[in-house]
Amino acid sequence: MMAKPFFRTVYDVPREEYLAPGHGLCAGCTAGTIVKLLLKVAGPNTIVVNATGCVEVSTTPFPYTSWKVPWIHVAFENAAAVASGIESALKALKAKGVIDPSKRINIIALAGDGGTYDIGFQALSGMLERGHKVMYVLYDNEAYMNTGIQRSGGTPVYAWTTTTPVGKILKGKIQQKKPIAEIVAAHKIPYVATANPGYFTDMMNKFKKGLEVNGPSFIHVIQPCTTGWKFDPRYGIVLARLATETALWINWEEEEGQFRVTVSVPRRKHVRHYFELQGRFSHLTEEEIEAIQKEVDLEVDKINKLVGRTVIGPLVE
Amino acid sequence: MTQEKLLGWKELPLGGAILEPGNSETRYTGDWRTFKPVIEQDKCTRCLRCWIVCPEPAIYIIDQPYTTKSGRQFKFSVEVNYNYCKGCGMCVEECEPKAIDWVEEEK
Repeated sequence: MMAKPFFRTVYDVPREEYLAPGHGLCAGCTAGTIVKLLLKVAGPNTIVVNATGCVEVSTTPFPYTSWKVPWIHVAFENAAAVASGIESALKALKAKGVIDPSKRINIIALAGDGGTYDIGFQALSGMLERGHKVMYVLYDNEAYMNTGIQRSGGTPVYAWTTTTPVGKILKGKIQQKKPIAEIVAAHKIPYVATANPGYFTDMMNKFKKGLEVNGPSFIHVIQPCTTGWKFDPRYGIVLARLATETALWINWEEEEGQFRVTVSVPRRKHVRHYFELQGRFSHLTEEEIEAIQKEVDLEVDKINKLVGRTVIGPLVE
Repeated sequence: MTQEKLLGWKELPLGGAILEPGNSETRYTGDWRTFKPVIEQDKCTRCLRCWIVCPEPAIYIIDQPYTTKSGRQFKFSVEVNYNYCKGCGMCVEECEPKAIDWVEEEK
């Protein structure tokens, strides 16, 4: 049976802020929301290992830092490797009695989709296989937004980026998005989840669970990007919620092999509502949208069959 | 700027470490915005959604009791710190009782 969730309402969220204001993230960047809430859950006894990416570049313009917890910047490819090293070093220091062995220190590896899907994948896979007690948080803005919106393994099909332009021949990205959370779940680690900042209590409970399990955990968070997805900055959270309401993004978790959909959608919306808010999909024709809708319908059927009941409801609007 | 002159390589901490946690607080980002959110304390129901979504964070809970005109009492208030607010409008969009006004900045 499901344990009682730790964060049930907004009043359970601690008031302390561990991300200082004054960082250089774009106005309306939901990465700020995700990182802020992540640090609220993790608390002060935390070491953050941050791969290169939007969050790293904009929160630490030398000589400033927005982090109030120990933080280390590493290259794109080795966030998971450095996190493993820190975890082993802490274990050794605890064994030698340098640090109090009962002290709980959270280690969080934070990386974007470029640093996880493409460049940092082998380090991540290695960390999961070795079973280090690290929580890996992937904030997925579906392209290399930091270097100027180049396609990544996480870019969805038909999305415009500067390296998958829209013209007479090419209509955005040709390939499908890589199912990273499923790939990670195939490593049989204790905890894998997908989360959405639009459902913040659900997201924070997943961070909490990920930090508490004994072994590696992986949280895949969708992060609407106002610059790269081309929408008005104020719609960041609205879009994140729409992704779940249209079932393009399903919030699930897999705890010790138990698959569960944590945010059920009784009445599903058409994917059109999600696409029409974003400039990167403005070239889509009606047929292409219907084709994507068909794929989403198949995916929903698959999920419902897997869970054994209707967690994602029928299409209504 | 926390210091007058940038440090040379001999004075910098080893590895270029930043020894002051959260010192970006001295870097104001308020001048990025063209519109600003203004919370109407009378309409606000203290649901704290704006406080959750603000990516800065530029929205804070302050321990100041407030009584609305209709006599409703609250133990705390929510306020925007305009030194940091970049004017993205996410709080305005999320506000359920529509208690946040979107006002053009005047210079």
